Amino acid sequence: MDQSGILVGIAIVAALHLYALTGGADFGGGVWDLLAAGPRAEKQRQAIHEAIAPIWEANHVWMIVVVVLLFSAFPAAFAVLMTVLHIPIALMLGGIVLRGSAFAFRSYGIQTREAARRFGRVFAVTSAVTPVMLGVVLGASISGRIPDHLDPGSGLAPFFTPWLAPFPWVLGGFVLALFANLAAIYLCVELPAGVPEGSPSRSVAPGESSALEDAGDSRAALREDFRRRALASGVVCGLLAWAGVAAARRGAPEIYAGIMASHWALPFQLTTGLVAAGALAALWRRRFRLARLLAITQVSLVVWGWGAAQYPYLVVPGLRIDEAAAEEGVLRPILLILLAGSVILLPAFGYLFIIFKRREKGV
Amino acid sequence: MSDLLAARSQMAMSLAFHIVFAAVGIAMPLLMLIAEGLWLRTRRPVYLDLAKRWARGTAIMFAVGAVSGTVLSFELGLLWPTFMRHAGPVVGMPFSLEGFAFFTEAIFLGIYLYGWNRVPERAHWLAGLAVLVSGTLSGVFVVTANAWMNTPAGFDFVDGRFVNVRPFQAMLNPAAFSEVLHSTLAAFLAIGTAVAGIHAARLYRDPRNPFHRAAFAIALAVMGGAAILQPLAGDIAARHVARYQPVKLAAMEAQWETESSAPLRIGGWPSEAREETRWSLEIPGALSLMAFGDRSAEITGLKTVPPELRPPVLITHLAFQVMVGIGFLLPALALLGGVLAWRARGLPEARWYFRLLALATPTGLVALEAGWVVTEVGRQPWIVAGFLKTAEAVTPMPWLVVPFLAFTALYLLLGVVVLVLMWRHVLAIPSATAFPGEA
Repeated sequence: MDQSGILVGIAIVAALHLYALTGGADFGGGVWDLLAAGPRAEKQRQAIHEAIAPIWEANHVWMIVVVVLLFSAFPAAFAVLMTVLHIPIALMLGGIVLRGSAFAFRSYGIQTREAARRFGRVFAVTSAVTPVMLGVVLGASISGRIPDHLDPGSGLAPFFTPWLAPFPWVLGGFVLALFANLAAIYLCVELPAGVPEGSPSRSVAPGESSALEDAGDSRAALREDFRRRALASGVVCGLLAWAGVAAARRGAPEIYAGIMASHWALPFQLTTGLVAAGALAALWRRRFRLARLLAITQVSLVVWGWGAAQYPYLVVPGLRIDEAAAEEGVLRPILLILLAGSVILLPAFGYLFIIFKRREKGV
Repeated sequence: MSDLLAARSQMAMSLAFHIVFAAVGIAMPLLMLIAEGLWLRTRRPVYLDLAKRWARGTAIMFAVGAVSGTVLSFELGLLWPTFMRHAGPVVGMPFSLEGFAFFTEAIFLGIYLYGWNRVPERAHWLAGLAVLVSGTLSGVFVVTANAWMNTPAGFDFVDGRFVNVRPFQAMLNPAAFSEVLHSTLAAFLAIGTAVAGIHAARLYRDPRNPFHRAAFAIALAVMGGAAILQPLAGDIAARHVARYQPVKLAAMEAQWETESSAPLRIGGWPSEAREETRWSLEIPGALSLMAFGDRSAEITGLKTVPPELRPPVLITHLAFQVMVGIGFLLPALALLGGVLAWRARGLPEARWYFRLLALATPTGLVALEAGWVVTEVGRQPWIVAGFLKTAEAVTPMPWLVVPFLAFTALYLLLGVVVLVLMWRHVLAIPSATAFPGEA
């Protein structure tokens, strides 16, 4: 029973990981839509839109995979989390609904510019709110504040205390910064500037008329915009990571112990820190592909490190993976389906990305 | 409003909202594929234009369907955590399969919508086919999970827990086949009718418009096919309900007494207080005949179970009447269209027929919603028929009326925006004069 449960647990972390790398970056794109500024604000928005339009719905499904795996394999954990974290999850869902709908309305509606702008605004704001709530939910679930059971008549308090605390919100901010950082770095790679990588591109003065630029220059300028944003969000991300660890000391003691005291703790922290610093350095030197590789590595380290720190708990500290797991007769078929489904899915997913993300090689 | 009622209302509202978009996601790819296939075969630009315009509209509907479906997958736990604690592993199989099917659908929809100039023509059409197949399968898997709630199977019930789960047996539960067949056809019927109706409304004003004519012809064909098959599927479903969910059948038919040679009631107003049904048109023996193929077969009445184990009879009965009524109306309209088409040797030309179909635009969706009400309300007070009551499954969180109202307001807003955007799409179609060489 243990092993199948752990395997499904690994699959859940993997799905979350892929969600962060794909769907997360789509949210981050929305954040930069919200913060679009300067002479190229509209072009920034357009680049973001083109980057996420064909793929965001597929990316979003990773979240559904996480939910389905959770309730199929660990129904007790699902029931507890959905009960106690009803409010932040409902807020997150509101964000997901508004953001996805507004994006589709803006993309496919036949409407005035004004209406399209308004939908864009909704998309941008909810793109920033939703990752925060996702982080809050994740933070609360590992905070150790989830009650084991609820007494009838305990009122509303147990539905607020687990997530109205510093740690979940710092984590929410971290998730937001991380997603925004990923998006900015992806956009740097996806905006080929017509100049070889690594060489500095000519900076474009603010206010320079776009009519005077050729397409390459304009793209280079756009790329510089996102490079600056990637650098800034990378720094914010690092600061929030420190704040998160500090807040975890009181806000999520079990996880804190896992991160700080395990035998893998020090090498893990060093590696993550080095990779994060490396991503910033690569950005600084305009080695965008390297920066993307390092950013992805950083996210992977964070997700799997957190998964390892949380093991063997599903809901800290009340519910261990072996207590919450469904019976073997349920877990095995799920693993089978995961395997069979991946055989169909991963090539299809790859095909999608090859079709729409090849541009970078085109110019 | 009690918390239980608020939770039920929120679930009902979320499902009623989502089901429309789910049906679009299942049926529209078929219409788009036919249009695009006709373009590949005839090279008449109107078909390409049609496929592209339908795709744009469908993209909006698909996105709203995806996010409202996400809400539902969470709401299962937010509102019914005890249900999910017990049943999550049992229905995990169809939901996992649905996850993969939906994934495939989303991937190929991305390729379909944005790949017009990026992939070869045939690959594009095949991407659409992948959307159709995986979208239909998504619906099929979800419906098997619902069927399990009606006719639970594939587990042992020990000390109030579902153990020794056999996931495939649970998925292939007794009601699965008839529910899947009926509801899948309902999606094609509802959307075929709605699309045919919309284009008929435009043809009424602009009868020579080649775009609307092409659209109307395709939608009418899909609607007609589904409309002719649906009464058969409904018959299979009804026979199945009679055997496996006799109390639900009794509520659908407002049958209070257990009797042999029971009548079929058309219309009527069941009173739960007086335990009788008044003002209905009764066809003697017809219910027994339809349910068991035998005029003298015994039909279980509502009175065989105590009042607290009966579903709300009035709602179930009325919803059933609405569904069946439309289920007879639509094949009649389709057959009429067939006759007119045969006489015209082409598309029906009669303007009164366009008007008739325009009026019928929402009927398929109404029937879809009514059928959903029959199966869900008719199962009450159970969430898992015979094993777990809805009231036992609800979350202990107080103030559930707040999320109910919040999500209702959100969906109302989205519904209005979607309607406006869809109408704009329809109005943006050029008039007949804009298609040179087509009229």
